[in-house]
Amino acid sequence: MTAPQTRERVVKALEGIAFETIDARDGMVTLRVERAVLGELFARLSDRAGFDQNTLVTAVDHFPAEPRFEMVWQFLSYDHNDRVRVKCSLAEADAHVPTCTPQWPGASFSERECFDMFGIQFDGHPDLRRLLMPEGYLHHPLRKDFPHAGIEPDRLYREWDKKRREGWQPNA
Amino acid sequence: MGSLKPVEGEGVGFLATRVDELINWGRKNSLWPMPLGLSCCGIELMAMIGPKFDLARFGAEAARFSPRQCDLLVVAGTMTWKMAEAVRTIYDQMPDPKWVIAMGVCSSSGGMYDSYAVVQGVDSILPVDVYVPGCPPRPDAVIDAIIKLQKKIEREDPLRRILKGPEQKPDLGTGETFKQPNAGVARTSLDLHPHDPKAKIEELQK
Repeated sequence: MTAPQTRERVVKALEGIAFETIDARDGMVTLRVERAVLGELFARLSDRAGFDQNTLVTAVDHFPAEPRFEMVWQFLSYDHNDRVRVKCSLAEADAHVPTCTPQWPGASFSERECFDMFGIQFDGHPDLRRLLMPEGYLHHPLRKDFPHAGIEPDRLYREWDKKRREGWQPNA
Repeated sequence: MGSLKPVEGEGVGFLATRVDELINWGRKNSLWPMPLGLSCCGIELMAMIGPKFDLARFGAEAARFSPRQCDLLVVAGTMTWKMAEAVRTIYDQMPDPKWVIAMGVCSSSGGMYDSYAVVQGVDSILPVDVYVPGCPPRPDAVIDAIIKLQKKIEREDPLRRILKGPEQKPDLGTGETFKQPNAGVARTSLDLHPHDPKAKIEELQK
């Protein structure tokens, strides 16, 4: 499908929801929305516009600009062979968005990774744990103010090592 | 065995040597490696054990996938801090005597991964006997490391350990004053890396 056809279908599906379309450099239909309408937008995109796969959930850190985070979702429709991109800006103090796992269960891991790396909260996510970094890690490494060499990267190991030397057994 | 002496006598002949040398000879020629392939170095490790490079020539081809049956830990590849606990557990499960080869620059020093996730050298958590540079090292280089390790084993004195109990060696990498090596630049939350945006902002504000 060409971009104008996709845009027409998306605009029709999203009737009554406030959004603006922006010109993306790659020509993909791109919507910019406020956080309040995201839940409804996900439902409409999956039910009415026929986007059946979530291909990307991530955040962009515009530190030190405000609003700091920009969330990006991309969706794919097999039937129409086209994609749509959704963007939403978030302030640092208020970095949470609704989850899209009810519509696209596959987005679960993407959201967990995004939570791990940027510290974005996904409201309603069934199991929002860290995906890559160990549990108990305190920082979000892909934030731009995170130092490149890490903050005490060995802290968790050292705590574990202390327990080990005191006689702790993993399966005891 | 350097001081092997055939003693000729009447009837059956016999050989005389030092017990240390006999034990070391047995140990060095039957190293059982624990292949710990953490990343691409693991492929070279497999090539080394395979028929072309044929580690069996040095008696070290019997790779066992249980640490309880191994005495040579080959840390092949990039070790992350998340993996470090597992690696240390594997090392602890190996029976004495045991040796460690750090294979590749990642496990030797962190290599190109000067990052928050990667251990900057496995000697932070394990006592390493031989370091092998290369990214990844060729199988020949690792075989060379094994030969060097064999020479190191030759110089050990196991009999003293057996008679006098295990020597209290400092267990490297587990001390309280434990630090990342290369701890020069931006290792704590207070120091900033030169590429850190906050550093740039501070510079601009000046």
